[in-house]
Amino acid sequence: MKHARVAWAGAVHEAVEHPQGLKLADGRVLAEDQVVWLPPLQPGTILALGLNYAEHAKELAKELSAGTQDEPLVFLKSPGTLIGHRGFTRRPADAAFMHYECELAVVVGRSARNVRRADAMAHVAGYTVANDYAVRDYLENWYRPNLRVKNRDGGTVLGPWFVDAADVPDPHALALRTFVNGRLTQQGNTADMVNDIPALIEYLSAFMTLQPGDLILTGTPDGVVNVNVGDEVVTEIDGIGRLHNTLVGDDSFGR
Amino acid sequence: MPVPVPGFLSQTAVRGTVYGTLLNHRDALAALGDAVHQPPYKAPPRAPVLYIKPRNTWVGDGDAVHVPAGVDALEIGATLGLVIGRTACRVSAGQALSHLAGYAIVVDISVPHGSFYRPSLRFKARDTFCPIGPVVPADRLLDPDALGIEVAIDGSLAHRAGTAGLVRSCARLLADVSEFMTLFPGDVLSVGVAAGAPLARAGQRVRVSIGGLGRIENPLLAERAAA
Repeated sequence: MKHARVAWAGAVHEAVEHPQGLKLADGRVLAEDQVVWLPPLQPGTILALGLNYAEHAKELAKELSAGTQDEPLVFLKSPGTLIGHRGFTRRPADAAFMHYECELAVVVGRSARNVRRADAMAHVAGYTVANDYAVRDYLENWYRPNLRVKNRDGGTVLGPWFVDAADVPDPHALALRTFVNGRLTQQGNTADMVNDIPALIEYLSAFMTLQPGDLILTGTPDGVVNVNVGDEVVTEIDGIGRLHNTLVGDDSFGR
Repeated sequence: MPVPVPGFLSQTAVRGTVYGTLLNHRDALAALGDAVHQPPYKAPPRAPVLYIKPRNTWVGDGDAVHVPAGVDALEIGATLGLVIGRTACRVSAGQALSHLAGYAIVVDISVPHGSFYRPSLRFKARDTFCPIGPVVPADRLLDPDALGIEVAIDGSLAHRAGTAGLVRSCARLLADVSEFMTLFPGDVLSVGVAAGAPLARAGQRVRVSIGGLGRIENPLLAERAAA
């Protein structure tokens, strides 16, 4: 089943996919563009992977100033950065390079501590799509990637659907794509993750308790390009969802 | 959806995100010397150096902090936490402190590590690595930029610092963070750890006191072997 959280007619609703769009828990059926889409869950801890696709690591190699990778590169985000499907993300005027990142997001369903690889997938509740924007101009070499790059208000788009794990037979065989104004700019497959989902759950749960509702953004393949004000960015993962976002300028925010 | 985990903190007003700030003490930055200009850093920090202590790290006064197997001692980063009471988005320094519900002692615990470039979560995000004290209402504290902070280990003074030496004052820090990232009621922003944070070992008791906020005390226990 595919689940959503939407705002419509003065209230926030839970909904599921329907041939005409979506069906609210109270029975009303609506078209996709009638509602305001919220992130499909309100997560607890948000973990995100850096450089978890080998080709993307090459793409960014010139700005890495230290160290080779000997363990997964994981950083944390906070819920304020999340916005839903069809939302608007600010692109600061002073930035020369801001890019999207299409990522498979894994939702933890069962508390996990010291979970072995073989048991890891039983701790997954389901999946959604993330577009984890970065403003590279603000990158500093202190606690990379710093929050001003990766944790900006509205800088992490999530949704449209939360898809039950039972409906995703193999999360490591999903094609990912990003389109900017309809043009295909990024392509990859979750088969190419450096650290796959069981490896990530085993690694993380060795030192921290993962809890239901925690979210793991599993990284992006190569093919990130600059986007500009007015661009429509669609990040898509087969079987999970097609996530729309539009970039808006500082003027929308009175800046 | 967040579910409290047995044994973890439930007693404070913290229910949002706990952000920490590093190198916001002049002496902590000075202690790095010329290294700030060398690789991998290449330049001193411009924006606040922020990180997140996730919910699995939170414990309360009296709760045990777990020392992982193979780690000799933990670094005890005593700091002041600004507890948000009113949504803070693009606030000015002049108005920043009016967005606080209060203040709390925050103890940022780390496995000692040398680099600030891209420290592994294994060093800072382990279960029990962030004791947080009760929230003291903002109107009970006159000046958050003039507080003494003391760490005692097994009853002996191990470190003394204060908030007087901050690079960004409490109000300035909150204003600069809220420029790109909204802080919500229940969030905590800690203002930075001074240089020379002391080390403590399993079996010892750590007490952190901040003037006007009282103190919290946590025992360090060896983490049980994985089940």
